[in-house]
Amino acid sequence: MQEIINRAKELLADGTVARVLGWKAGDLPYNPEPAYFENAEALSDFVYNGFCGANLSKYMIEASKLEGKTLVFLKPCDTYSFNQLIKEHRVDREKAYIIGVGCKGKLDIEKIKKAGIKGIESIEGAEISDAAETLKIQTIYGEKEMAYADAMLERCHVCKGKEHQVYDELIGESKETKDAELFAEVERIEAMSPEEKFAFFQNELSKCIRCNACRNACPACNCRKCVFDSTKFDSAQKANVDTFEEKMFHIIRAFHVAGRCTDCGECSRVCPQGIPLHLFNRKFIKDIDELYGEYQAGEDTESKAPLTNFTFDDAEPSIVGKRG
Amino acid sequence: MQRLGVFVCHCGSNIAATVDVAKVAEMALMEPGVVHAEDYQYMCSEAGQAKIAEAIKEKNLTGIVVCSCSPRMHEATFRKAAERAGLNPYMVEIANIREHCSWIHKDMEEATKKAVILMRAAVAKVNLNTPLQPGESRVTKRALVIGGGIAGIQTALDIADAGYEVDIVEKTPSIGGRMSQLDKTFPTLDCSACILTPKMVEASAHEKINIYTYSEVEKVSGFVGDFTVDIRKKARHVDMDKCTGCGVCQEKCPSKKAPSEFNRGLNKRSAIYTPFAQAIPNVPVIDCDNCIKFKTGKCGICAKVCQAGAIDYEQQDEIVTQKYGAIVVATGFDTINLEKYDEYAYSQSPDVITSLELERVMNAAGPTHGHLERLSDGKAPKEIVFIQCVGSRCSDDRGKPYCSKICCMYTAKHAMLIRDKYPDVNVTVFYIDVRTPGKNFDEFYRRAVEQYGVNYIKGQVGKVILQPNGKLLVQGADLLDNRQILKEADMVVLATAIEPNPDVRKIATMLTASIDTNNFLTEAHAKLRPVESPTAGIFLSGVCQGPKDIPETVAQAGAAAVKAIGLLAKDKLLTNPCTAKSDELLCNGCSTCANVCPYGAITYEDKEVNDHGIREVRRLAVVNNALCQGCGACTVACPSGAMDLQGFSNRQIIAEVDAICR
Amino acid sequence: MSIENKEFKPKIVAFCCNWCSYAGADLAGSSRLTYPADVKIIRVPCSCRVNPMFILRAFEKGADGVIMCGCHPGDCHYSTGNYYARRRMTLLFSMLDYIGVENGRTRVEWVSAAEGVKFSDTMNSFVEKIYSLGENVRLGDLRCKR
Repeated sequence: MQEIINRAKELLADGTVARVLGWKAGDLPYNPEPAYFENAEALSDFVYNGFCGANLSKYMIEASKLEGKTLVFLKPCDTYSFNQLIKEHRVDREKAYIIGVGCKGKLDIEKIKKAGIKGIESIEGAEISDAAETLKIQTIYGEKEMAYADAMLERCHVCKGKEHQVYDELIGESKETKDAELFAEVERIEAMSPEEKFAFFQNELSKCIRCNACRNACPACNCRKCVFDSTKFDSAQKANVDTFEEKMFHIIRAFHVAGRCTDCGECSRVCPQGIPLHLFNRKFIKDIDELYGEYQAGEDTESKAPLTNFTFDDAEPSIVGKRG
Repeated sequence: MQRLGVFVCHCGSNIAATVDVAKVAEMALMEPGVVHAEDYQYMCSEAGQAKIAEAIKEKNLTGIVVCSCSPRMHEATFRKAAERAGLNPYMVEIANIREHCSWIHKDMEEATKKAVILMRAAVAKVNLNTPLQPGESRVTKRALVIGGGIAGIQTALDIADAGYEVDIVEKTPSIGGRMSQLDKTFPTLDCSACILTPKMVEASAHEKINIYTYSEVEKVSGFVGDFTVDIRKKARHVDMDKCTGCGVCQEKCPSKKAPSEFNRGLNKRSAIYTPFAQAIPNVPVIDCDNCIKFKTGKCGICAKVCQAGAIDYEQQDEIVTQKYGAIVVATGFDTINLEKYDEYAYSQSPDVITSLELERVMNAAGPTHGHLERLSDGKAPKEIVFIQCVGSRCSDDRGKPYCSKICCMYTAKHAMLIRDKYPDVNVTVFYIDVRTPGKNFDEFYRRAVEQYGVNYIKGQVGKVILQPNGKLLVQGADLLDNRQILKEADMVVLATAIEPNPDVRKIATMLTASIDTNNFLTEAHAKLRPVESPTAGIFLSGVCQGPKDIPETVAQAGAAAVKAIGLLAKDKLLTNPCTAKSDELLCNGCSTCANVCPYGAITYEDKEVNDHGIREVRRLAVVNNALCQGCGACTVACPSGAMDLQGFSNRQIIAEVDAICR
Repeated sequence: MSIENKEFKPKIVAFCCNWCSYAGADLAGSSRLTYPADVKIIRVPCSCRVNPMFILRAFEKGADGVIMCGCHPGDCHYSTGNYYARRRMTLLFSMLDYIGVENGRTRVEWVSAAEGVKFSDTMNSFVEKIYSLGENVRLGDLRCKR
């Protein structure tokens, strides 16, 4: 962490950047929050650890409008989002100084809590430079241990790689974390009967409180004004009063980011109700890969997105019934 | 709040017999915004239109719904009527209660219910309509004719005679088309070349006509009145200006192994060739695939013998870009591939030929110099069998579902000509039906039967077998006598189905002209606008629109010319105002819309906006209304809903959905 | 309020492009080729104008089936609109299937202006399918049910 802070201080001092976009500690040991730092003194509040999962690329939309460059720390997966935002003209590459930080997987506090670890006071072993495989968690009930890998976010288990797609410099080592099949969960649902599928999603989506956290965190969901907030579709200002509007919202949200979603997993990470929202996006990614050829949003800034592209002999929509 | 009027048309009994029109009008009055509703016998009549005008003026209507026939039929009529009464024409919506309701439903209660729902949907939509103003675009006073057969030549001549510049693009080395391959024409037995050649000469000599032969349309952009077309002039390797057409190069060319396209592959031609003697222009082309110079680099005889020095091996394809106001498609036809009809032994015996090949055999300039002979051994045939409907009126996917229309008549012609010239030859025709509608057509067919003794057998042929003695055994059925027939023949002629030129699909795609499953171009209205494509500024001439004979083709060619002239005579056109429009405050500037726009109508500008007090410069989508054709692809690509389509806005369509599902 | 006692009359929304399938529907009409009155057609300029939101909206408001018809691929009046529509609808339908909506409730069919017979055949078979599936209970907004 100190290496990052030192470098940030240098870049601020030599005028390369006007501000630093990073994290400061939250009110609990496991909820650091994104923050701007304007000078070296302010950087004393800077933190960086395994709980800094937020994808800062979306913040760069606003940062691109500010005077001077902003130093931003991006994990390998965040850089896909940043590239995608370049492609959509939503961020200005020239306004960003990107330090690609190494990643050994990010932590999911919900997993720790689910393991029965409550009353957390501090957590050791979550720093990025730490080579420890085990988290030492001080709780009001005494010290608990948990394997780092067991506390990782779902997205890290299906990590798309530790290569940064866009950066100015790199800091820190990465560690491979992928140990699960990307589409395993989607396939499990696809194999269900329509009744089981419906029951599964109804159960999950009935938890939705339309807090819009998924929308706010998603780097692809970057419309100035969301269709669900505008008068353009007569769909504005609907509270979640019935099951369908939840589905309409989540289907359309996933559809609007289809071919643009990098599968960064922020939607699921931030959902206060623990809805596995990434299952929508990942279904589209799987379909796109299967039907139109493998495509990774954010891998580059030039290629045509699947939904703004076509071939003469694309699959017909009737394939949906035939694939089984 | 809108003040709406609803007008329900009886269409005589077409609607009123199945839909309770008075009830629809009554129910309309309960819809939001509706202040006037009435029904009338014929809304499209002058009296009906007067009623609309009167209501608009008296009740100060801001929008109207006409419940009537399809908007494709009378939307324009009612828009004009509304405009005359001072209403913006885009405040008119049509509820289609005829084609989509009264004509397809039998039960009055059910049909009335549906008509009410369709009326509601239209009312819900018009409630959200806004007045739209069409823009203006200019008209380039030049026409393009694609295809240089009789259809294209006639259209070009008619347009040129009206004083407009015309370009003909013909893909083969000469104009003339299929008609130039015919020997005689029915029902007058005129010599085809004798009546076609003067037209070809006239076209090439016309000061307003410019002919691009051996050329193809490569790219089309723009829209009615202002098309931009790239034409690829394929390299002829012969300088058009220098060549005198002496023909020595063709005589001396050592490579004479290429099948002659003009003679349907029945004989060979040289690698440097003009397709036929009367070709226009009379300038040969080098077929590089068969030219020794191009294949091996050694030869160059044509260049040596050419006194004019016209041979140019280095010549490259050239792209000519030209602007046009109107485009006429006259791409014609070809006979279908007979691969799937191998039971007729076409691939096994040279004595089984298509009717078009027989035209070449009968023609003095053909492979047999006009002598009727078997192509296998050159012997004179004594027994000829014609098989009708080969690939036409076919219910499976081997052939075409339609009637090729010309075959009955040309077979009667062939039979008659053969019997006339060779009275000792027996001619038998197997047919399903003989179709002779047309002036002097049935008389012509009866002459073949009664005067020339052609043996017509109603029945189909199951198989043609090539026998070891070289003769053909025809197995058929006589349906009238209900018996099987085995007939030995020296020659079999197949009345092969015709199909639109295979290139037409590519051209239709470039022109965005509708095309049907048989590759015939679709007309704007099957009865009332038969020579216009639904795409404005595109006109149809000849067989590309449907099977037809020469007089019909010439008539349609003239009609297409008149429609094109009508367009070219205008100085300005009104553009469709139902174009896309971007809401500046919602636009993300993400370029997604531009990526799906087929017209390149969307560009991006950095513009200052005032978004609820925040002033900033943003990258915003801007639609060029002159280029936008209003498809709406961008509106769905746009995630924020900033891009919307005027006249078919998101809210309008959602209002229709809601009204239908209410 | 008991739905069981009422005879099931499905609500079916058909989006038809102006140039091909709407004209095909007109031809079906002028050829007097019948299909059930449950089908109501909304005219759009092109199949690419059909927003997935329209389809979900129809279901939300109580539609039991939604069908979209356009020009055959390659024949689009706007040259490429139906290619985009094809991808959009494929993905949308796949998603609906994924969340457990019976995939027979949505369909895309390419109908040219000359295919009146195909239009009526398509509508007949689609309506039959919707009757066999019964009322749409999985996607509807209960407040919209009477």
